[in-house]
Amino acid sequence: KEKERETMFAAENGLKGDPRLEAISAAIRVVPNFPKKGIMFQDITTLLLDHKAFKHTIDIFVDRYKDMQISVVAGVEARGFMFGPSIALAIGAKFVPLRKPGKLPGKVISESYELEYGHDRLEMHVDAVKPLERVIIIDDLVATGGTLSAAISLMESQGAEVVECACVIGLPEVKGQHKLKGKPLYVLVEPSGLDEFC
Amino acid sequence: MQSIVSSYHLCLAHPPPPVLCQRLLCHRIPSIRLPSRRSTTSLGLFTCAAVSRESEMAAAAAAKEDGQDPRIPKIASSIRVIPDFPKPGIMFQDITTLLLDTEAFKDTIDIFVERYKCKGISVVAGVEARGFIFGPPIALAIGAKFVPMRKPKKLPGKVISEEYSLEYGTDKIEMHVGAVEPGERAIIIDDLIATGGTLAAAIRLLERVGVKIVECACVIELPELKGREKLGEAPLFILVTSDAA
Repeated sequence: KEKERETMFAAENGLKGDPRLEAISAAIRVVPNFPKKGIMFQDITTLLLDHKAFKHTIDIFVDRYKDMQISVVAGVEARGFMFGPSIALAIGAKFVPLRKPGKLPGKVISESYELEYGHDRLEMHVDAVKPLERVIIIDDLVATGGTLSAAISLMESQGAEVVECACVIGLPEVKGQHKLKGKPLYVLVEPSGLDEFC
Repeated sequence: MQSIVSSYHLCLAHPPPPVLCQRLLCHRIPSIRLPSRRSTTSLGLFTCAAVSRESEMAAAAAAKEDGQDPRIPKIASSIRVIPDFPKPGIMFQDITTLLLDTEAFKDTIDIFVERYKCKGISVVAGVEARGFIFGPPIALAIGAKFVPMRKPKKLPGKVISEEYSLEYGTDKIEMHVGAVEPGERAIIIDDLIATGGTLAAAIRLLERVGVKIVECACVIELPELKGREKLGEAPLFILVTSDAA
């Protein structure tokens, strides 16, 4: 039976009352019915338009990981690319993009994961991470954890150690226990709700 | 249908609408509310004065080395060339190896930041997907916002789009309505300029909404493909040039 762990939300893990979290949450726009009816899409592009809030986001992750001897920050295409490299640069780690099939030009390893209907694949260059490297995996949002689990498998297949997965937003599914192959999950905020009159 | 209509009216009658009503009331996409421009300018005049002294010294140091920034050779050598990708005859410039070289990646960002700091640039636009890797660190360092320019149907809100030609057929790039305001000064970032089609489309998109393109910036140029000629008035800044094939 796969080990389950509590998802760590920032407000309950060292950052209680930190006003930066509220600024980050307020900067995220909710777009109803995208990509389909019933889904309240968490749009982080508005966070990227708010320089202060975007800087807070990166600063929180950098403060958490800078003394953990992390040598690799892996980011999931495409929104993981918007957060990962800034963190990597600040903590002196390599940035490794995890991409959709057919995008990476060199020799790749790939891992499939489930979608609501069907499945997709995540790829990484074979020479990107070395055995025993300490890795964090970044994405903008975690829902079921399918993509992150595939990313963890890619890292472990190369003998690297995933120290933690980190996301800006965590959907209700990950509150409480999560299954990410036993790895810790750190999340800044819960999903934003709709404004009063939109 | 009837019950939905009457619930809707009930919700309207009792502002603020209770949570249950939100799904009924909010069919439209919330518009983007930008933070005030003054509040996002985090580089004060004092900092900018200090930075220009720094840049002058860096430029003087670079000038000693035949006019080339001494960081460039290391950046160039960190880029891996993969033959015959995505198809035979193409020498693909792989920047993922640059991202694995922490010094080269830092130097790349530093060169762009030194160039664009304190120039009143409030927008860094990055083209999907490799523009997303270089753009945000530059935006954060110069106090600008980052605007992703994406393939169709990826952005969730209201968009404007611009078509451009491919070898066979056309493609589109899109930007969120309201992400930028008229009069803003922008740079556009991508990892590489080849034919210039994507960058030209990005320029057109931003200019349509009244944004001034200060410069296009890429890590790599393939000069044989003459991408520069498609950029109109917009200058192009490059770190490394390479052969296309």
